[in-house]
Amino acid sequence: MNAAIPILTLGGLAAFFALLSIITASIVGPRRYNRAKLDAYECGIEPTPQPIGGGKFPVKYYLTAMLFIVFDIEIVFLYPWAVSFDQLGMFGFIEMVSFIVTLLAVYAYVWRRGGLEWD
Amino acid sequence: MNGLIALVPIPTPNMDLGQIAPLEIVFGAALISVLVEAFVRREGRRRVQLVLVFASLIAAVAALVGLAGTRTLTAQASVAVDGPALFMQGTVLLLAIVGALLIAERSIDPAGDAFAPRASALPGGREERELTAAGWSQTEVWPLFLFCVGGMLLFPASNDLLTMFVALEVLSLPLYLLAGLARRRRLLSQEASLKYFLLGAFSSAFFLFGTAMLYGFAGTFSLGGIADALSGNAGDNGLVMLGVALLAVGLLFKVAAVPFHQWTPDVYQGAPTPITAFMATCVKVAAFGALLRVMYVALGGVRWDWQPMLWIIAIITMLVGVIVAIAQTDIKRMLAYSSIAHAGFILLGVIAVSEAGIASTMFYLAAYGFATLGAFAVVSLVRDSSGEATHLSQWAGLGKRSPVVAGIFTLFLLAFAGIPLTSGFTSKFAVFSAAIAGGATPVVIVAVFASVISAFFYARIIVLMFFAEPAEEGPRVVLPSAFTALALAIGVAVTVLLGVLPQPLLNLAQQAGIFLR
Repeated sequence: MNAAIPILTLGGLAAFFALLSIITASIVGPRRYNRAKLDAYECGIEPTPQPIGGGKFPVKYYLTAMLFIVFDIEIVFLYPWAVSFDQLGMFGFIEMVSFIVTLLAVYAYVWRRGGLEWD
Repeated sequence: MNGLIALVPIPTPNMDLGQIAPLEIVFGAALISVLVEAFVRREGRRRVQLVLVFASLIAAVAALVGLAGTRTLTAQASVAVDGPALFMQGTVLLLAIVGALLIAERSIDPAGDAFAPRASALPGGREERELTAAGWSQTEVWPLFLFCVGGMLLFPASNDLLTMFVALEVLSLPLYLLAGLARRRRLLSQEASLKYFLLGAFSSAFFLFGTAMLYGFAGTFSLGGIADALSGNAGDNGLVMLGVALLAVGLLFKVAAVPFHQWTPDVYQGAPTPITAFMATCVKVAAFGALLRVMYVALGGVRWDWQPMLWIIAIITMLVGVIVAIAQTDIKRMLAYSSIAHAGFILLGVIAVSEAGIASTMFYLAAYGFATLGAFAVVSLVRDSSGEATHLSQWAGLGKRSPVVAGIFTLFLLAFAGIPLTSGFTSKFAVFSAAIAGGATPVVIVAVFASVISAFFYARIIVLMFFAEPAEEGPRVVLPSAFTALALAIGVAVTVLLGVLPQPLLNLAQQAGIFLR
């Protein structure tokens, strides 16, 4: 229990400060809305294009996102393997090759089916 | 502090690739199948895929026969190669071969096979009409099918909960897609797919949460390790019971036991009929295999805690299945509720907790599987201009129009009802006697009652087909190609053979023995 006290204290302080600033701002702050106020603040650029009308994104964004995840996961496995390549030895090498070949087959499918073309 | 990068040798896992040969063959074929989709010209794809699918499934059966008698754990003890696993895998493979025959059929529907020409086209839209007119058909069902079969082979053989979860996902994800690919009534099919996906994702989460609980208790995923932790534990079982309950939700969802059955009628009705046939049989076999393994190997020590739960679930599954089936007016929904009731009957074998329980469950799954595949094959043959005629009123007088098809369907219905000289009688007898020997007499009494009620609605369809006047403008029975004809012949042959001469398969199931720890 004693070990948790610093964490709880810190959490409590953070929550107190957050609540305090939000409440104070809503009581004291002036309310003048303009366009700049509704923009994203220090959170990257505006997503483009904005969903128009019904708020739908073209499905190709999802396709790109899924492809990104496939390669992202591949990196997640490749990196630790590369770091301990020596210790994993031949067995690790064969396993990684079979993993990469599997992904390559999927990649070939996506490429041949036009998944990499934007239009 | 130069120990930061200490070179600790990592031991090479023991991995006898020969012992998981059936899995490798099916997954390898699935991968090649993806490449076929990518590189073979559209006109030649179907032929290449068919050769690949049937060759790989038959090769996997051959590899399985070669493994007969093996009792060992492989792949770091995450996969068990033992009698029950091999028997279940063999059943899945044989049922998958017959299922593939149904999926390959393309002369029943005038527009081609049972699948949408392009799944992404809007239902009823211009693109769909153009593609249908051009006679397009997709062959992506085959890689999906092979991945699904691969997951089903791994599911009943996995010896730790994490491998089991991966297998569960590998078999489920292709099924969610396959359920949504129907050529006719596409909105219904897509609705089925979405429902199955959402509920299936929930049940997978339950399974995973149960796995986490059991890991928290035992400190290991291995089924044998969990059993050891349970036997060395005195009393405090809260975490275990929570884990068992959550795990059971995930597994009972897949076998469609009440109260986790809500998806079954909608999905069975909406999915393309060949996929429904495949789903109703192979998933049940694989999921019961996994359920048996978890309950017997890992949780055999706390059987007094989970047996009452399964007693109640078996009873309500049988009763809800047969009673709601009476009220159905759609033949596919009726078969779905009948499959729910059968899940209840098969649970009798699980609650026996004995070697006879394992053997009778495996026998029941094989017998039920072939009859179900045959029944859905018949459903796919009875059609009118808009597709399959699944409303019961349309089946009136079918026996007068095509006595052969109606006769075959009658045989399958009699097998479902458990009439002697069909496989249904032998398998019901086997699970009932195993359950009585296991002390579950009250459940068996309910099961006998449920069988009587089920006989009523099966008989009602037989009467409807043979003694009712044919409806005006009724559906016609389409003459299938060799694929469906062969599937039907296999279904009839197995159903009769297991009814007249069940001993060889019963012996094989008994020889399969118990699960390896």
